[in-house]
Amino acid sequence: MLVSTKADLIALRATINGELVKADVEPRETLLDFLRDRLGLKGAKRSCDVQVCGACTVLLDGEPVSACCTLAYEVCNRRVTTIEGLSHNGKLHPIQRAFLDSVAVQCGFCTSGMVLTVKSLLEEHPQPTTAQIKTYLHGNLCRCTGYWNIITAVKQAAQLMDGGRDTLP
Amino acid sequence: MTATRILGRNAPRVDGYVKVTGKAEFAGDLVVPGMLHGKVLRSHLPHARIVRVTANAAENLPGVVAVLTGNDLLDLKNWRYGHAIKDRPIIAVDRVRFVGEPVAAVAAETAHIAYEALGLIEVEYEDLPVVGNLDASLTVGALQLHDMGSLRAGLFHGLGEFKVGPGNVCYHHAFDRGDIGAVFSDADIVVEGDYTFPAVYQYAMEPHTVIAEHGGDHIIVRASCQHPFLVRAELADLFEVPTANVRVIVPYLGGGFGSKSYTKMEPLAVALARKAGRPVRMANRVDEAMVTTRRHNMKCWMRTAASDKGVLLAREVRIWLDTGAYADNGPRVVATAADAAPGPYRWQAVKVDAWGLYTNTAPAGSYRAFGATHLAWIGESQVDEIARRAQLDRVQIRVDNLLRPGEEVRPGGKPLDADLVSDIRIIAGHLDWDSPKSPDTGRGLGVSLLAAGAHPVSSAIVRLEADGSATLLMSSTEMGQGVRTVFSQLVAQELAMEVEKVTVPGADTQKTPYDRSTGASRSTTLGGTAVQRAAQDVRRQLQVATSEIWGVAPETIELREGAVRHADKVLRYSDLFLRYFGLAGGEFIGQGRVQPVDEGRGSYAAGPVFWEVCIGGAEVSMDRDTGRIRVNKLVSVADVGQAINPHLVEAQEMGGAMQGLGNALFEEMLYENGQLLNSTLLDYHVPSINDLPDRFVSSISENEDGPGPYGIKGVGEGALAGVPPAIVNAVADLGIAMYELPLTSERIWRAMQRDSA
Repeated sequence: MLVSTKADLIALRATINGELVKADVEPRETLLDFLRDRLGLKGAKRSCDVQVCGACTVLLDGEPVSACCTLAYEVCNRRVTTIEGLSHNGKLHPIQRAFLDSVAVQCGFCTSGMVLTVKSLLEEHPQPTTAQIKTYLHGNLCRCTGYWNIITAVKQAAQLMDGGRDTLP
Repeated sequence: MTATRILGRNAPRVDGYVKVTGKAEFAGDLVVPGMLHGKVLRSHLPHARIVRVTANAAENLPGVVAVLTGNDLLDLKNWRYGHAIKDRPIIAVDRVRFVGEPVAAVAAETAHIAYEALGLIEVEYEDLPVVGNLDASLTVGALQLHDMGSLRAGLFHGLGEFKVGPGNVCYHHAFDRGDIGAVFSDADIVVEGDYTFPAVYQYAMEPHTVIAEHGGDHIIVRASCQHPFLVRAELADLFEVPTANVRVIVPYLGGGFGSKSYTKMEPLAVALARKAGRPVRMANRVDEAMVTTRRHNMKCWMRTAASDKGVLLAREVRIWLDTGAYADNGPRVVATAADAAPGPYRWQAVKVDAWGLYTNTAPAGSYRAFGATHLAWIGESQVDEIARRAQLDRVQIRVDNLLRPGEEVRPGGKPLDADLVSDIRIIAGHLDWDSPKSPDTGRGLGVSLLAAGAHPVSSAIVRLEADGSATLLMSSTEMGQGVRTVFSQLVAQELAMEVEKVTVPGADTQKTPYDRSTGASRSTTLGGTAVQRAAQDVRRQLQVATSEIWGVAPETIELREGAVRHADKVLRYSDLFLRYFGLAGGEFIGQGRVQPVDEGRGSYAAGPVFWEVCIGGAEVSMDRDTGRIRVNKLVSVADVGQAINPHLVEAQEMGGAMQGLGNALFEEMLYENGQLLNSTLLDYHVPSINDLPDRFVSSISENEDGPGPYGIKGVGEGALAGVPPAIVNAVADLGIAMYELPLTSERIWRAMQRDSA
């Protein structure tokens, strides 16, 4: 019988967008399903299911991972950041501001994952070269923009963040 | 705020904030109370008779609410749909015709249970011979996929008299003028070739998603669809309910590119909800989306005749487009490909035959710039070859032969509404055409026309509120192109208000007025006309209301900066409401519409609404040891009449060009005997950020020569169709003639071996 029963459940504790979350998760439950269906954090999107497109990217202890190919229990005692954790009280993160200003958003389906990958990029390379941007973002597909404006946005975000310093607490 | 600050201004996207914060709702983000999860059992055989479907075990699995099979459709008068040809069953009834065709569908309390139930359904098949490709389909005596005599035209066939072809011909479109035989026999130069174009996948990042409810004689569908009103009509027709009882709600779309045009999974979701008696959510995975719709693969034979001076004389074309197992938008693709085949030149004689053929592959339909993308690279490569033989510069031969504004493109149709000579010169300029280049660098360019606009019926309603804000009710789908932003700008322009004060909710067929479709680059032009008229209707009402208060003639009242004005009198809109309605409330409601025989614009009947210019240029370098192409520079011109929002125009151009690069260089759905070999993004490669050319240059050409408000034309498709000709011609400039897309390293390497043998 494949249908999960209560006995299968794993107790999960994790810090999600700065808040401690406790839940019982199924062993097969993906992080993406957990975030979207149980916590209502729907900014991460489902697309390719095979870790190619990057639409489901979230940050796990600051590093980008594909939530579609990460199991929920794997984030036990770890720190997850989703797009919902990036802006506070309606104030946009500089990366979000840069994506708007650079017209790097069209349909918006890739945007959450793209913004989070850029956050990780700018922490490692506060003033990234085009080559570094391409290396970091080749796992985030976008079908609308043709990527040009995304590169512009990353460079603008780097400037707004004044050498990678996150303006948020 | 003056008029010019809104029109042509780079207003920020009205949907930007919700999209960068992850708050924008797509169909997959919606939840309907009591909603079940639907999963589809798909055929693993390309062609087979269904002997038996046994679903008892699945039905008995705890958590399963309903299992739908073909037998459940038989109470419907008509269980086949298709906007062009009603050839597609909601779910397979007695036969499967492609790998991926729905055979059974399960609605269960969770997605996991639904998946698990699929494995409990037993289907007994009896193999049928596989018509796996165009050659097999064209073979005399090939098994017919459909009982052609029983097929009926769809509700939106739209291509004149409905005729089914012999054999597996789904649709045939042909025209000819002039004495083709005589012109060819007298010509100094004749270029001829056989060409192929691959099947490709649109890959909108959001796969098709539907939540369907069916109760009594009411249907509610929340869907990631581009054309809500056409979906509504098909659902009403299939499920035999009044059109007004079908409500289609469209949230933001995660890209469309044609893949969500017309009706896709909505009938299956409604049928499953009908059986389950509860709402059902169905969401494709990417491998399912790939076999839901794709771009037509094609074979083409073309020959072009010219004088020894490079004067183009005649062109003859035969086109075979593979529409897969069901027509979908195939007939329109066939007609548009035929229209694009002659190219934008003056001909003494032209003869074009285009066929759409059924095969046992996934149904093919719309994908951005269909028809033009298929044909432009072929025609333009022949023009280049003629230039080489006539020893003419490749820009010059186009300048000499291109149609001029106002010239006839096809008999009786819309005359050319673009300055192609100017556009091609801009492309050549961006490429530094006459500058020296290395032996391993090639340059190419190409230009063609795409019949754009689809059927010209759109409507809009503008509601001006008492605080001076406005709501635009309009059903064009926001799928990334920025239609809500551009429409907000049009309303703001006409009502002299701030763009930020205009709200544009999504389509809801019960609340927002009729719009034929979102596609064919039509929204800004046709939808925009309706929006402009609706806003102008409000403007007139404001003038009349003010004239009653002030006792002056309505036409002497000016609208500026959110206020009505006459001489030194000024009344803000909010104060006008107070004076006119006697409270801080009331509404001025304006409506606007566009239709085939249109006031002040003549008739759209001869079509197209406008000719979309497909133009591009490329500079490439090649590694002669491996055949690998590197695109150094990609250039385009957006010939838009006038740009309402230049940033959005550029953004669409860049995105379209990147998709064109994928189509030209590496994208290909590989089929072998009806089986798709690369059905995930692991092995179907779409352009990533690493595929960017080193440089991209685009400019906007604004001659105010379009039929929309302020002389605008649509944009979004031309850049895609402009890229393959540019790259193919740049490779030919290196001495390698290519007849087959995509231009993979292997194909180019083999062509080099062929040419050196």
